[in-house]
Amino acid sequence: MTGRLIAAAPALPLHTAGKYVAGAFVVLFALVLVYLAIMAIRLSRIERELGELLELSERPDSGAGAGAAIRTVTRESTPAYPIEGHPPLQGAGK
Amino acid sequence: MYGKGLRALSISTVVAMTVALGLVFFYAPLEAEQGFLQKIFYVHVPLAIVSLSGFVIGGLLAIAHLRTRDPRWDMRSYVAIHMSLIFGLATLITGSIWAKGSWGHWWVWNEPTLVSFLIVFLLYATYQPLRFAIEDPERQSRYASVFAVTAGAFVPLNFIAVRASTAYLHPRVLGSTSNLPGSMALTFVVSLAAIALLFATLCKYELTAKHTRAQVRALRRRLGGEARPSPRGRSAAPAAPPAGIAAPAPGGAP
Repeated sequence: MTGRLIAAAPALPLHTAGKYVAGAFVVLFALVLVYLAIMAIRLSRIERELGELLELSERPDSGAGAGAAIRTVTRESTPAYPIEGHPPLQGAGK
Repeated sequence: MYGKGLRALSISTVVAMTVALGLVFFYAPLEAEQGFLQKIFYVHVPLAIVSLSGFVIGGLLAIAHLRTRDPRWDMRSYVAIHMSLIFGLATLITGSIWAKGSWGHWWVWNEPTLVSFLIVFLLYATYQPLRFAIEDPERQSRYASVFAVTAGAFVPLNFIAVRASTAYLHPRVLGSTSNLPGSMALTFVVSLAAIALLFATLCKYELTAKHTRAQVRALRRRLGGEARPSPRGRSAAPAAPPAGIAAPAPGGAP
């Protein structure tokens, strides 16, 4: 399949302008890759913070207010699915 | 909810980028004068158009913010300008690569298109330091919106001024698309659509990430039992009000 595609392609003068064209397209892909890396770092930070908040909400002294806050946010923003190792939140997904 | 439709948008972007790359390298013919080097234009020109459009869109969103005082418009304006700056940087780099291949120089100072784009880029490069310099979030968003509107109006004026100038060293793609062969015009339009979709997707990712982070912060405040929100610290990014969580107490940074 790839071989057929390359055979069908016009002759590419890679010895002259090829390095410049490759450089321009590499810039675009590097841009996207750097952005993906930044998003991955952000996602892992949010995941860590959510884990801390989950721990905080399960403390016995966290109070009813904290539980109510969790329920409100769950209803508004996240799908109600059971998290492994934790019981499903009351009122979630209603 | 900024995340709504993100999956469909991401898939559309990947498909459009793949089709565009296929057309650029396997369908569009080699240009008679520049040959293979002309392929750079299928990425450089769409990047420039999308970047300049993003600056103008940032200005329009800033008008909406000034009219409504809704911080969400400020956030959208900020993200549009932020992303346009990144696309602008890519435009400058790809343009320099083309100039080196075609003219033998990385940069030519007496070419109005290059210099005017650099001026626009440098103008917008001051946007984030401006925001960072103002500590009060309300004043920061208001001043940033005024800047975005003023600079946004400068972009089309600058474009027209350059077009009106007589030195035409820089090749024209827009305005001469009718002279392009059908296969080249189609490839250019698909490339433009792909880059525009990439811009929209990255903006949406950015907005969703900022919104999610704001929600996590608000949740932490509630679970932490803080009566007043802790100071956010100085930041160039606007503070997004999380949806579904009550607004913070007046006087505190959100």
